[in-house]
Amino acid sequence: MPEITLIEGIRQAMDEELARDERVFIVGEDVGRRGGVFRATQGLYEKYGPERVIDSPLAELSIVGVGIGAALYGMRPICEIQFADFIHPAFNQIVNEAAKMCYRSNGEWTAPMVIRAPYGGGIGGGLYHSQSVEAFFAHVPGLKVVVPSNPYDAKGLLKAAVRDPNPVLYLEPKKGYRLIRGAVPEDEEVLVPIGKARVSREGRDLSLFAYGMMHHYSLQAAQQVAAEGIEVEVVDLRTLNPLDRETVLGSVRKTGKALIVYEDNLTGGYGAEIAALLAEQAFTDLDAPVRRLAGPDVPAVPYSRPLQDWFMPNAEKIAAAIRELDAY
Amino acid sequence: MVVTGTEAKLKKETLREIYWIMLLARRLDERAWVLHRQGKIAFHISGIGHEAAQVGAAFALRRGHDWVLPYYRDLAMTLALGLTAREFALGLMGKKGEPSSGGRQMPSHWSLRRANVVSHSSPVATQTSHAAGIGLAIKMRGDDAVVLTSVGEGSTSQGEWYEGVNWAAVHRLPVIFFVENNRFAISVPQEHQMAVENAADKAAGLGLPGVTVDGLDPLQVYQAVAAAAARARAGEGPTLVEARVFRMTPHSSDDDDRTYRTREDVEAMKARDPLGSFREFLRSQSVLSAEVVAEMEAQAKQQVEQAVAFAEAAPYPEVSEAAHPVYVEDVHHA
Ligand SMILES: Cc1ncc(C[n+]2csc(CCOP(=O)(O)OP(=O)(O)O)c2C)c(N)n1
Repeated sequence: MPEITLIEGIRQAMDEELARDERVFIVGEDVGRRGGVFRATQGLYEKYGPERVIDSPLAELSIVGVGIGAALYGMRPICEIQFADFIHPAFNQIVNEAAKMCYRSNGEWTAPMVIRAPYGGGIGGGLYHSQSVEAFFAHVPGLKVVVPSNPYDAKGLLKAAVRDPNPVLYLEPKKGYRLIRGAVPEDEEVLVPIGKARVSREGRDLSLFAYGMMHHYSLQAAQQVAAEGIEVEVVDLRTLNPLDRETVLGSVRKTGKALIVYEDNLTGGYGAEIAALLAEQAFTDLDAPVRRLAGPDVPAVPYSRPLQDWFMPNAEKIAAAIRELDAY
Repeated sequence: MVVTGTEAKLKKETLREIYWIMLLARRLDERAWVLHRQGKIAFHISGIGHEAAQVGAAFALRRGHDWVLPYYRDLAMTLALGLTAREFALGLMGKKGEPSSGGRQMPSHWSLRRANVVSHSSPVATQTSHAAGIGLAIKMRGDDAVVLTSVGEGSTSQGEWYEGVNWAAVHRLPVIFFVENNRFAISVPQEHQMAVENAADKAAGLGLPGVTVDGLDPLQVYQAVAAAAARARAGEGPTLVEARVFRMTPHSSDDDDRTYRTREDVEAMKARDPLGSFREFLRSQSVLSAEVVAEMEAQAKQQVEQAVAFAEAAPYPEVSEAAHPVYVEDVHHA
């Protein structure tokens, strides 16, 4: 099986879905001739033409709003938001329109569409090219939120998202675009079901829940502490909404301890939902308080290298948190 | 540009139908105010004074074939597109079987799938980019439908509106942007919304034609929208049509317009009531006789009575229905 990068998984998924279903099209800033500022759509404009790979005006709410309209008419748009930091102008369209369409029309109208957005820090992007926005959107019923952490899932989740009859927000850990490599079969269809977490490393001492780039670092940290005799079970959440509660609870029932790692700032972040779930439904299984490792509560990731390092969780910080929780 | 009234060539039958829908909308709307005063409904938002513009616009479309994304004042437009009096009454009371949302949305948040009337929300102007997206899909598929979407003039201040119109202009999409300008956004007058004289003047800056017509005359609106639809169908792109209307009532059942406009102003509007002036016009053209007018009144009254009685007797949705359908996978539960 060939090894590919995470972004190549994303590109392959779009290529295959464009080829499979003529209702699918891509719309976003610089997705056409340029192939996307991260090159996720590289080659697709040449292959499918300007009518299916559309350079939009520089206007996020209408990238999503136009996508919703096309979806209402029966198309399957893939809307690219250039950076998750710039998704906020489209918040109204995502939260008030796409996510509520099915419920508010009692199922008469639906908005099957994918919104892709590169997110996350550690890339020298400062306050406005580093944000993690998942907590805002995972809160919203009617919207599905997925985050791949490796090339296989990147491909399989995106293909599943395109085929999903609901609006799906697909958050891409952009630091991992070229850093994270993995084997992806060439000659079979790769589809990863939305709504299923994956135990990516088995262990008995504690459960570590993560997604995206933090999952990648969590595996590294688990490897480090394994040498010290601590066996961490790592769970890649993959879908944040709807959350795979069974897998989360099942892991904690086995290990009795939970650490949640996310690169958003701590308060009100996605980890709070996992912690609440465990408090409500696994209280008697817990041998230690649930622990969250996340970014500090400052407005966003600062630019300067040492300041950025202070903000970002990494394998060392995760290993330290594991040791602390293991010792409890 | 102001289009002044050359008469549209419509059959007498069609003219009577236009009047009938304006009348039915008016009587339903008046009844909704009464129901609200009686404490039988929680909310009403009125289209009184807008009927001529709405029905004129709807009749210029291929109703049922073209796509419409209306806003909350468009009772008369939605009736023209196929909503029934009973369905409107069910919506007022949040009763089971109400077609826009199964009682989930407030009244007058239209949606009628069978007539290509698309569900809209409360935040104003959000349907504008949906209209552009539908226009884009129509163009991609090579279909010959056109799209009409409406808002009030205040809502043209929203970025939501500009972005949607801009898209349609850039891609020359088959969309009609219809602005029902009643000069007020709740209490805020037009001069606090925009520095231009007509909302249609904004079109120039976005690269599409804009026209302003007298929205108290359904035939002028019909003509302007028909021209816009022909342009759209010919692949020539979008048009902005502004209809000058009056909002003859407070903004909604929660508003008191005495706090921001005089009774004299409101009386002056009522003196130019589009329902009365269109009736007199049709009478002068011998399209309507006194007998037919009286018959239509009686029929409207009866339809309103029956619709309200039907809705009052109808059950509410089951409480269990409120949990669905959040995702398409549970539509069948609803
Ligand atoms: C985004 C948003 N802000 C505020 C409101 C509250 N609101 C509802 S209608 C309205 C006035 C709209 O005026 P206009 O667009 O002129 O239409 P009209 O009601 O006069 O027909 C306001 C402020 C809203 N619905 N949506």
